[in-house]
Amino acid sequence: MALLDGIPHHSTSSPHRPWPRAAVGEEGWLKAIELLAGGELTLLGLWGEATAVHMALLGGASDAAVITLQCASGKFPGVSASHPPALRLERSICDLFGLEAVGAGDTRPWLDHGVWGVHAPLGSNTAAGEKAPYPFLPAEGEALHQVAVGPIHAGIIEPGHFRFSANGEHVVRVEQRFGFVHKGIEKLMQDASLEAAAKLAGRTSGDSTVAYSFAFARAVEAALGIEAPPRATYLRALMAELERLANHIGDIGGICNDASFALMLAQTGILRERVLRAADACFGHRLMMDMIVPGGVARDIASGDLEQVRALLAEIRKVFPRLVELYDNTASLQDRTVTTGIVKPDYARRFGAGGYVGRAAGRAFDARRNFAYAPYDQLSFEVPVLRAGDVNARVWIRIREVEQSLALIDQILDRLPRGEIGTELKASGEVREGMALVEAFRGDVLVWLRLDGENRILRCHLRDASWFQWPLLEAAIEKNIIADFPLCNKSFNCSYSGVDL
Amino acid sequence: MRKTLLESLTHGPLTEAPPAPDEAALAELAKNVDKAAQARLGRSLSIRAVDAGSCNACELEIHALSNAFYDLERFGLRFVASPRHADVLMVTGPVTKNMREALLRAYNATPDPKWVVAVGGCAADGGIFRGSYACLGGVSDVVPVDLHIPGCPPSPTALLKGLLALLQHVAGK
Repeated sequence: MALLDGIPHHSTSSPHRPWPRAAVGEEGWLKAIELLAGGELTLLGLWGEATAVHMALLGGASDAAVITLQCASGKFPGVSASHPPALRLERSICDLFGLEAVGAGDTRPWLDHGVWGVHAPLGSNTAAGEKAPYPFLPAEGEALHQVAVGPIHAGIIEPGHFRFSANGEHVVRVEQRFGFVHKGIEKLMQDASLEAAAKLAGRTSGDSTVAYSFAFARAVEAALGIEAPPRATYLRALMAELERLANHIGDIGGICNDASFALMLAQTGILRERVLRAADACFGHRLMMDMIVPGGVARDIASGDLEQVRALLAEIRKVFPRLVELYDNTASLQDRTVTTGIVKPDYARRFGAGGYVGRAAGRAFDARRNFAYAPYDQLSFEVPVLRAGDVNARVWIRIREVEQSLALIDQILDRLPRGEIGTELKASGEVREGMALVEAFRGDVLVWLRLDGENRILRCHLRDASWFQWPLLEAAIEKNIIADFPLCNKSFNCSYSGVDL
Repeated sequence: MRKTLLESLTHGPLTEAPPAPDEAALAELAKNVDKAAQARLGRSLSIRAVDAGSCNACELEIHALSNAFYDLERFGLRFVASPRHADVLMVTGPVTKNMREALLRAYNATPDPKWVVAVGGCAADGGIFRGSYACLGGVSDVVPVDLHIPGCPPSPTALLKGLLALLQHVAGK
């Protein structure tokens, strides 16, 4: 309750676990904004409902809470005017719920491109008006020109639009415009069964499907006040670390490839494929989709398959150090990555940037460590942190995290408990709320949900780490050349689907 | 670097034998592929991938087609950066309303003869996103589709089977 002590609030009606949720009036809401702007709190999430807005806050290392402001008038005091990380979240709340953030400096729509045919689909859900033009932010100067990129890009990647204003090769401003892959996940969640909702959560961002299923399951379990059996938690961590390995290894090669060093991608591509094949052998799906379910895991691992994982670890330990040496000793590659795309530690802190984006710029936050959820409370690992904030630092954080994941999987295999892999999900008969944060490979995923008495979803919000990383890419590219943008972008590797929802 | 390169030369290739073309895919294509087009293109196709609302899992597996195990380019299939260079559009996702115009433009920019391959469960009928206010519900609701490759996401082997079936048809065998 320490965090809430500093914010005037009332008590709440429905049970909210494991952190408290408090109703606040305008005074409490404004106080929270003041603490965010002053750097005393970190914004974990900001989301809406038909007539209320919720804000998840982090104080210190692991003190979390949610505050709720009723806004029957359709308006609430905006957060972004004093605390910019809230801006895109506010614009999304306006698009989806029709709730207006008073005092926001940017009121352009974010997810709503004017083609849904409905206005505020999770709010009034009325017929949409005319499609309005979308003015990009100006950049003025004699020699400036604009380059418009996307939504469809040259590579096999997700769609999004980048508007560059450049002076020759040098980027003066880049503005992101997203929402292209908005699928309406949060509306599909409403009234969904736990089974259907878990599937949706697992397809919020496919590269983090394990992390999303993990976070969703933990949020449900928190709401119902149950815990997954020990064996299930270890299997969850095994999947989560395999997912982290596959993504980190593949992306290290991808980043080098974007600096025209294709050899690395060829080599890491082989390792990544080996990870996915081991995952397929153990869990019957290469990306391990739908394997983590509320209550436990969907499938047990056969003892013979554990040997496959050990063989995989041995192979990675043989090949990976050589690739790290190759990265470290190739001057032409270092020339591209060192001092390119710098994220300032102050920005990483203010935005609460998670994952390697934050940890490469001095923000020592890892949900596995800060919230020590099962089974990470029983496993030992280090959280690597650097301060340089450039592409090189992000690569090194990922290299170190690969090593940590290998060590974690060792521990998991050695200590895998016997026993059940699932707990029964009894309907509670009352409205319950739960929240969970899980560390995906790119950063912390937040899931907040409210269940009715029959275990159906009343409201579920999923917040990807990318919300607080994408805006930093806009800042990191400044004064770099356009040709380095793909390199910077790949070193962030933010999710489009995860923020478009 | 020298050691890594030397080792790649002395080790046998990792690339695996191609799977047999998918029977169901062949049957679907038999209905759609024009004989005249087959004669003109021969055994080489350029592919442009378009994400029309995917969760990005399909993209991961499409990417995997280029790794040493599957080595897509040995079949004369390659990914290109522009729809203007493409013979095949490979479309993923339930086609969000926000991507409809971009997909149509990419389709119209692709020169004839062209084929559209819809990849994954969402691209077939919207999958779990079917019925959403923000999705159209399948690629064939926007552009004509010649081949569906099912799966969530389809494995690289499943993708390869489908594409080989396409190639076999285009080549006129």
